[in-house]
Amino acid sequence: MARQTPDLNPQELQRLLNRRTFLNRGTAYGVGAAALAAMVGAGRSTARAADVPNPLASPVQFVPKAKRVIQLYMAGGPSHLETLDPKPKLAAMHGQAMPESFTQGKPIAQLQGAKLVCYAPQHKFLKFGQSGLEFSEVLPKIGAMADDICIVRSMFTDAINHDPAHTFMNTGTTISGRPAMGSWVLYGLGSEADNLPGYVVLTSTGKYGQAQPIAARQWHSGFLPSRFQGVEFRSKGDAVLYAGNPAGVDRARQHDVISTIETLNRAGEGVLNDPEIQTRIGAYETAFQMQMSVPDLLDLSDEPEHVFQLYGTRGGDGSFAANCLLARRLAERGVRFIQLYHRDWDHHGAIKEHVAGTAQEVDQASAALLIDLKQRGLLEDTIVTWGGEFGRTPMAQGDGRDHHIKGFSMWMAGGGIKGGISHGATDELGYESIEDVVSVHDLHATILRQLGLDHLRLTYKYQGRDFRLTDVAGNVVEKILA
Amino acid sequence: MNPGRKLVFTWILLWSGQLTSADEAIDFNRDIRPILSDACFQCHGPDPGKRKANLRLDTRDGLFGDRESGTPVIPRQLDASELLARVLSEEAEEQMPPPKSGKRLTEAQVSLLTRWIEQGAPWQGHWSYEPIKPSALPALPTNATERNPIDRFVTLGLQREGVSPAPDADRPTLIRRLSLDLTGLPPSPADVAAFLDDARVDAYERMVDRLLASPQYGERLAQSWLDLVRYADTIGYHGDNHQDVWLYRDWVINAFTTNMPFDQFTIEQLAGDLLPGATTSQKVASGYNRMLMTTREGGSQAKEYEAKYAADRVRNASTVWLGATLGCAQCHDHKYDPYTTADFYRFAAYFSDIKETAVGEQEPTRIPNTTQAAHAARLDDMLRSLQRTTSSDTPARQAALQIWEETRNSREARWLPIQILAAKATEGTILNAAPDGSLLASGSSPENASYTILATAPLAGMTGLRIEALPDPSLPANGPGRAGNGNAVVSEVELWMDGVRTAWTGAAETHSRKGFPAAHAVDGKPETGWGLIPRAGRASQAVFALATPGSTHPPALLQIVIQMNHGTRHTLGRFRISATADSEPLLLLNPTLPDEIEAALATEPAKRTPEQIASVAAYYRTIAPELAEARSAQSALQVQKNQVEAAMPVTLVSESMAQPRVVRILPRGNWLDETGEVVSAAPPGFLPQDVPSGFRPTRLDLARWMVSEENPLVSRVFVNRIWKLAFGRGLVATSDDFGSQGAWPSNPELLDWLASEFRTRHWDVRWLVRTIVTSRTYRQSSNASENLRQRDPENLWLARQSRFRLDAEQVRDQVLAASGLLTQVVGGPSARPYQPAGYWSYLNFPTREYQPDHGSGLYRRGLYTYWCRTFLHPSMLAFDAPSREECTVDRPRSNTPLQALVLLNDPTYVEAARVLAQRVVQEAGPDPKDRLNHAFRLVLVRQPREEEISPMLALYQNHRQFYQDQPAEAAKLLSVGEFPTIPDVNQADLAAITSLMRVILNLHETVTRY
Repeated sequence: MARQTPDLNPQELQRLLNRRTFLNRGTAYGVGAAALAAMVGAGRSTARAADVPNPLASPVQFVPKAKRVIQLYMAGGPSHLETLDPKPKLAAMHGQAMPESFTQGKPIAQLQGAKLVCYAPQHKFLKFGQSGLEFSEVLPKIGAMADDICIVRSMFTDAINHDPAHTFMNTGTTISGRPAMGSWVLYGLGSEADNLPGYVVLTSTGKYGQAQPIAARQWHSGFLPSRFQGVEFRSKGDAVLYAGNPAGVDRARQHDVISTIETLNRAGEGVLNDPEIQTRIGAYETAFQMQMSVPDLLDLSDEPEHVFQLYGTRGGDGSFAANCLLARRLAERGVRFIQLYHRDWDHHGAIKEHVAGTAQEVDQASAALLIDLKQRGLLEDTIVTWGGEFGRTPMAQGDGRDHHIKGFSMWMAGGGIKGGISHGATDELGYESIEDVVSVHDLHATILRQLGLDHLRLTYKYQGRDFRLTDVAGNVVEKILA
Repeated sequence: MNPGRKLVFTWILLWSGQLTSADEAIDFNRDIRPILSDACFQCHGPDPGKRKANLRLDTRDGLFGDRESGTPVIPRQLDASELLARVLSEEAEEQMPPPKSGKRLTEAQVSLLTRWIEQGAPWQGHWSYEPIKPSALPALPTNATERNPIDRFVTLGLQREGVSPAPDADRPTLIRRLSLDLTGLPPSPADVAAFLDDARVDAYERMVDRLLASPQYGERLAQSWLDLVRYADTIGYHGDNHQDVWLYRDWVINAFTTNMPFDQFTIEQLAGDLLPGATTSQKVASGYNRMLMTTREGGSQAKEYEAKYAADRVRNASTVWLGATLGCAQCHDHKYDPYTTADFYRFAAYFSDIKETAVGEQEPTRIPNTTQAAHAARLDDMLRSLQRTTSSDTPARQAALQIWEETRNSREARWLPIQILAAKATEGTILNAAPDGSLLASGSSPENASYTILATAPLAGMTGLRIEALPDPSLPANGPGRAGNGNAVVSEVELWMDGVRTAWTGAAETHSRKGFPAAHAVDGKPETGWGLIPRAGRASQAVFALATPGSTHPPALLQIVIQMNHGTRHTLGRFRISATADSEPLLLLNPTLPDEIEAALATEPAKRTPEQIASVAAYYRTIAPELAEARSAQSALQVQKNQVEAAMPVTLVSESMAQPRVVRILPRGNWLDETGEVVSAAPPGFLPQDVPSGFRPTRLDLARWMVSEENPLVSRVFVNRIWKLAFGRGLVATSDDFGSQGAWPSNPELLDWLASEFRTRHWDVRWLVRTIVTSRTYRQSSNASENLRQRDPENLWLARQSRFRLDAEQVRDQVLAASGLLTQVVGGPSARPYQPAGYWSYLNFPTREYQPDHGSGLYRRGLYTYWCRTFLHPSMLAFDAPSREECTVDRPRSNTPLQALVLLNDPTYVEAARVLAQRVVQEAGPDPKDRLNHAFRLVLVRQPREEEISPMLALYQNHRQFYQDQPAEAAKLLSVGEFPTIPDVNQADLAAITSLMRVILNLHETVTRY
């Protein structure tokens, strides 16, 4: 296994530290300068004896299989029982009491104190592709990509309410103030995007679930430097906040202002003797470029008709499909981490109709993204994940299902993940993951591994402790790696 | 020792001599403990769960104790010290830390260990846990100057390093630095002029005192405190709903402005409500304990959130006051510091008395301001005086009462209850007769009902029928109806006398719902009726007059049918039917009185009990015509009082429950596991304490322990934070961690001198700030030579001042102040500046759209910006303002393109540039150069330099031309923001100057404090 061991002398390190660019490009050392600096102790030295680089601390431990991540985040908690995890036994038990042996002493959300009754899966499962991988009939187009997909049917999480569960899925803990996975990845690898943020967040809503709130905490960089924060691209108003020129200021006038700022900043450099000014000048250059590259990103006039057909959108409408198309464009431009939240999966009632409805909102576009990436040769180094913050109970909540954390499913594709397989299993009623169980930390460790990062060594010292995305846990799920 | 080891050793020893001067004394805490902590404590530290080989290196016994496998450290015996052998070993099984940990000591670290052992391996407890001893003032080194003792400690260090301090900064730099540091605002041109002209020796100190006396100083200090305690305007979890706690924020500002001693400041926040005779202000202060994030998400389990809140409070209070990472001990004993899991839960137990809602809306407390309190008191006085009138009797009123009673009795005497033979209802409802002649419905409660009553008339020649709808505790909302709100609607009343259907000629009632008069019950229309709401729980009656009098030969047989078709169970629950033979039955309407009054009136006056007499009199006063005016005045005043109360601001305060929550150790932090030991409150076990016994320790005990003589942390931690305010960095760089993984103080003697003086001087915060900013060290120039920057990149030695980017709030405040837009009002509800539309669109329960303020609310200091935890104002966020979900001790200071976008394009900054342009146009005359000069003075407190003037003038000419050709564009630019434009000024000129102002507001120097 190749191991890159950057050989940095302190001066070189200091130079890298001084170059605090927001869009921290991948360095010649193959590792984010910030991560490296922090891990060798120069970011926040706590002991004067510890400021010599330690090459063992390099986070790049593996040959990277993937360069970027696109997370199709099905927010609200999709029912695994109607999408990815077939459970015939649950159908047979429909209407009968849920055996207590399953539920005793387990946390429960809105069904607190209610009678727990089995509720049959509301949609048929079909076999797809050469692999015969089973998907629910509500996801036919995703199903058609079965041979590229690995379904993980043995997930579990720690938090049973949306907000903390999202925080756990993104940051590996329910405590606020920790960095999201996208920020960790950017910190570890930097970004290859020239004039776009390295971590972009897109959000859409649908018509069938409760649109649960999503906090900006979900893409916050926590204690990592702010430049690793996810940047939200909006479908209304300025796509990136404040990227539009003020009224009465056109691009040429804005350029005049920015170049005069630069002239004066340069003039101040000598007098003030302040190296930070150089960084400020760089930030204004990038800001100006971004004001151009964002409209360019959003301008779909260069997309051929068949692409619109494929995704089922002409873009610009803030839909999940439009976001999928943007995700592909962001991936092409070197954005490292792309998150698409679709906030329509909280189905406490009428789960049959609502799952079908929400599935329809995402099925074609999710599949289109895979097809499009594959055609462009991008899927092999892009990890695509599809799933929510938790699953739903095998027990009925009226004609819906409640939040459920003991067992749920996700799928992954690309980036060196084996296609056409399922991994792990829940018990016969779909209640608890029992076979090849995968925790959120395991998922994180696996994604980092594919990016070439060792989750044990991607650390940041904060409050005296070396923090990791995977906290004190996490095992790479080797079985799903190609 | 094997030969291989010996060889490595010799090599290291050779090395160590080259790395540092070998004769310098090793300081265990400074040099050795950090190495052990970082490399060894994880497996050989305080946490027994993770301890390997039963060896601990964080204690003296562990480090020096004999062991079978060799003693870790034997002073002056390098060969025999197993620790050294292990870190040098190249054998995978022997090497420490183990190769798989990825850690390896550097040569420099090994050299330090080696020299420490050579020097006799002196051991110390962790520095911050040792008592604060007043440092003796060192002698002032020769050739050194000082303004106060701080300089002496600093100079001593500088002389050791062989560097000299920087000269004083020039006066413009000083006044800008000082104003920004102490008030968060730039100095006004008048203040600058006064300072530059002040030739007195103490001109600087006078300026310091002037700034320290301003409320803006209180605002400035409050800002960092609010980060610590995570003050925000929303609850944080899930729907992130609004909450009002700004009174607490204003309390903090006021405490700093009035220089409240820090011990009192501490006590009032942690336990203000528990102080004997707690004042309103102290209760508001105790809102500290309520600043944490809370949830209202349906389906959340109370126990889970109780556990979250408990842990949150431990993390916060321990970081804020102790600089401790006690939060790390939630699931296991601390890996690096001697905090145990039991310590964590004992600390949590201090807060277990706090009354709160685990899941759902918190109950706020009304806190009147002085005007409101006075107003409410005045209203209370007036109400009391009216109350005296309406609650006492005069002889005249007693006479009136008697007449009323007689009239009533004579009317009542003419009504007799019908004699019920049978009563039945449709659909399983049961009607039971009571001795008072009333019927009570029970059993099933259908949507609609029909009651049929068979009875004999109680008198001959019947002319009218009366239905009393009566309350009863068995009914919803106490009745009289069976609808959920106690309502009923009587659709039709039908009467047969001796089998003959009788017609009605009229109806009257004591009360009806609007649009539902009693006449509707006899109008023959089943869809209309007599309705009772809003008199739920009280009696009403209706009288119906017969067209033809009844039989004169009693007893006439009556069949009464009551139809109730309104739906949703609007049926009668309890009622009584009476009959009269009076010629004018409708005039015999006699309001049905409360049961106890009826009972009293039914008793002969002579036989009434004193209570009955009093209650009859009291009842009469509520209807006596002569008191009508007093009563209406009373109710009008009550309405006013309610309004005054509703306008009183609310906040969350601490309130003790009689029965505190049980706190038990949660194994691995798991709230579902209730097997852990129940603990009571206590400070962390290893820290000095005078443990009270025999009663439950309270938050007040905790607060007093914090500020007690024996607490080694609190004073050091706070002094360090104030130091950071003045130098951008604490004497302890890790101001959030004073534990063994934290940084060693760069000048421990200075830190302890300040900490000890601060305590001796009764925790005088203003003294502390003043002492720091009047030192020569503070007044130095921040301009350092390349050589010094190389040697001391982090400015640990303080041979210069630091320079750093302004905080998010100051970036905003500065431009508002310079343009003259700033609203200088202290306190009040949070302000809503411009914010991009749709920024809150991901919020729900409920969804909401941000509504910006208008007028002065748009121009308030950043400190007052509405703090939405899940979606903080994007301009604040871009400049590293924290979400305040957790305690924030150190804000990062980033330098990013997003900041450039904010300063270039956020309407707040564009408007400020435009208004600044107006200001310089008005104040500086027509020459563009003068205007430029003025703007530079306003923002940067200096004149522009030649190399700045010419590009600016070029830009001015260029844009003036453009906007002259494109007047529409100029108009657009000049209408950004609400603030009015000035008339009679050339628009193209103003637009071009606006461009210049945008340049100035975007300069690196503008957002930096030098």
